Amino acid sequence: MSELVAIVEALVYVADEPVTTKTLSEVLDEERDAIRAAVEELQREYETRGGGLQLREIAGGWQIATRTEYHEEVRQYLKTRPSAKLSLAALETLAVIAYKQPVTVPEILEIRGVQSASAIKTLLDKKLITAKGRKETVGRPMMYGTSKDFLIQFGLKDLSELPSIEDFEDLAGAI
Amino acid sequence: MQAQTEQLSFDFFTEKPQIVRESRDELKIKLGEFAGPLDLLLFLIKQEQANIFDIPIARIADEYLKYIRLMKSLDISVAGDFLVMAATLIEIKSRMLLPQVKTELDEDEIEDPRKELVDRLLEYEKFKNAAQMLYERSTVEQAVFPRGRIESDDNNAEISAGVFDLLTVFQKILSRRKDEIRLEIEREEISLAEMIKSLKALLADGHPISLIEFFERFDTRRELVTAFIAVLEIVRTESVKLTQKTTFGDVILRPVN
Repeated sequence: MSELVAIVEALVYVADEPVTTKTLSEVLDEERDAIRAAVEELQREYETRGGGLQLREIAGGWQIATRTEYHEEVRQYLKTRPSAKLSLAALETLAVIAYKQPVTVPEILEIRGVQSASAIKTLLDKKLITAKGRKETVGRPMMYGTSKDFLIQFGLKDLSELPSIEDFEDLAGAI
Repeated sequence: MQAQTEQLSFDFFTEKPQIVRESRDELKIKLGEFAGPLDLLLFLIKQEQANIFDIPIARIADEYLKYIRLMKSLDISVAGDFLVMAATLIEIKSRMLLPQVKTELDEDEIEDPRKELVDRLLEYEKFKNAAQMLYERSTVEQAVFPRGRIESDDNNAEISAGVFDLLTVFQKILSRRKDEIRLEIEREEISLAEMIKSLKALLADGHPISLIEFFERFDTRRELVTAFIAVLEIVRTESVKLTQKTTFGDVILRPVN
């Protein structure tokens, strides 16, 4: 293992949130390409090692985390339960915001056919969405978009990793 | 975890809902299962195994209304949105019953009264399925744990700045200005709108803005107040981030991409 790979591992380990290759290259004063190569080498190493940890790309950065296989044991040790699941209404609202962002409350209502005020409040409280300024239209409604926490909590590298919304056609395709 | 859900069934002929544990009836409804009127409508269409492009609107509308009545009789508050949909269904149903009058303009094509509803249902269904995908992703994600928090995580140098930090910086600028003796009397007015515009232009460059430097561009108290209000307005309406390296230090305003 080259020294750079080892240093990168140390930094990804201490970072309290996914650390970007940009940050790593700035801190270490190394080329972005060299950093990326080092991270990828490290990731392969984690894969072949078959240990309890994985190095994964999430929310535009890199993070060391446990493997899903061992969640029961980890949870037993941490004495935690899976956190409360989002309601159906909140998940639907989140899906609309994720795919249509930046999107206003009236636009969400148009798609869901139901008021989404409390769902939006829940999502704001959980920091899964943020206000993205106001739309320059009648009433200047607030626009919403997904946050970095959204990417982290749903295990996404970035928004482009979401499957295309057209892939979710069901009824239309079935006939 | 899995609470015992009571299931409802009701008889189509008597329309008297009854709560039963195990239901063999054709319509099983778990309370609160529907995220909205479109969700309920999709459920009814699938249950009828109806063609989405040729919805038997009379039958679906009747069942929809039965469900609404059932909800009411069970004292479940029926949201206004469900009633709006009921009205829409009845309207479509009545338009379907009316003889179609061909106009000269569109002899070949007569707009199907159901078309708009079908479009909305198809659009909604995509997001309903996307919500299911998000649910699955979050379930998987809950099985992954990053390292636990350590003390230094909370001692991050870059703390976020609040309104009071902003005010403190502003006070500093004001007191610095007070000491200067000015001779000119000519007053140049700058409106709040202009101020916001110029601040937005600065932000558009993508560079972080030091609030101390920004305020120092202005000479009069009036301009400074306008500048301060402009900053508050920008923070409220735009995607910006305020950070402060040290307590009572400079506040940096930067756009969030």
